[in-house]
Amino acid sequence: MITFLRTFISSLLQFRRGSWEMLATIMIALGVFMLMQPFLLGLYSYSFIVTLVGTVMFIIVSHFPE
Amino acid sequence: MTVSPIDRVAAKTPSGVARRIKGFSDRTIAWIFVAPTVFLLLAVNIFPLIWTIRLSFTNFRVNRPNNDVEWVGLRNYQRILTDPDVWNTMQATAHFLIWTITLQVLIGFILAFLINKKFKGNDMWTTIIVFPMMLSPAVVGNFWTFLYQPQIGLFNYVIAFFTGADPASFSMIGDVHLAPWAIVIADTWMWTPFVMLICLAGLRSIPDSIYEAAECDRASKWRQFWTITIPMALPFLMLAVLFRGIENFKMFDLVVQLTGGGPGNTTTLTSIDLKREAFEKWRTGYSSAYAVILFVTVFGLASIYVKALNKVKER
Repeated sequence: MITFLRTFISSLLQFRRGSWEMLATIMIALGVFMLMQPFLLGLYSYSFIVTLVGTVMFIIVSHFPE
Repeated sequence: MTVSPIDRVAAKTPSGVARRIKGFSDRTIAWIFVAPTVFLLLAVNIFPLIWTIRLSFTNFRVNRPNNDVEWVGLRNYQRILTDPDVWNTMQATAHFLIWTITLQVLIGFILAFLINKKFKGNDMWTTIIVFPMMLSPAVVGNFWTFLYQPQIGLFNYVIAFFTGADPASFSMIGDVHLAPWAIVIADTWMWTPFVMLICLAGLRSIPDSIYEAAECDRASKWRQFWTITIPMALPFLMLAVLFRGIENFKMFDLVVQLTGGGPGNTTTLTSIDLKREAFEKWRTGYSSAYAVILFVTVFGLASIYVKALNKVKER
């Protein structure tokens, strides 16, 4: 787990597409979950900004090198 | 010597024009052909999108075009994202999306698997199963409204036959707990054939030789299903989920015809709520912000889904 995290963070720092895309994907999925979950209104309020940041990040990082 | 139509057109082209065209590079000529399409796309897709984003920061009302338009910043977004009614609408949409996609993919795949077997009357059954998909959503909405009638509806009688309950004791479209399921059932009935057709295309694209090789290796039918059928049909399944997900996120006509968003707001999906805000309350700025939120959500989901689809195809 620690090795995975270390590899993940180092590839983020090197601006590699895979890790950044994964981060953007997690943000979009989290944003959509926050938008549609029935538990906390607070989560719903911040859902759009999380989805928007994830989507914009996804568009940008898809142009990074592999 | 025969003269081709291209030669005839070339001969009729005025010499001045011909000289000018000859001076163009291939790239310029390609752009001349593509330009009308690009212009149309910009005018029909990109311009309305940019205009909607601009309107979402204003208090513009389309039924009061002479009023001053004020720049309200993020107020419309703030109102939507703190409104418990809109939050409930999102939950109703999530319930509708999750259940329709799950049921349609499951039933659609099972039907495709059965239809893919060689038996007599195969084509006839395919046509019968595909029939609901050919109907208009408005017709399907009306049709299911009659089926769900507590007094005369066939649906209540079928349920009563299996459960022993009184058919008039429950109303699918009048009960707050049953109405969300009523729209799920009607949509599943209508669109499962579509998923079935996509899955059928996937199953028919698997070569028989792979199954024959598996038979030679004494792989059981169960193992063949999990190691050949499912992985090779997976891109098609994912495509079906993508198409149905985007379509159901925008679901409007069938639900309006069936329940009108009621009882209360239990079946008010986001598209119905958006239409009410835009064209009944005429809050154009507010509804533009609402539309932008939905657009970003669908766009984000579609992006990660297309990425996943490409990865599956690469395998």
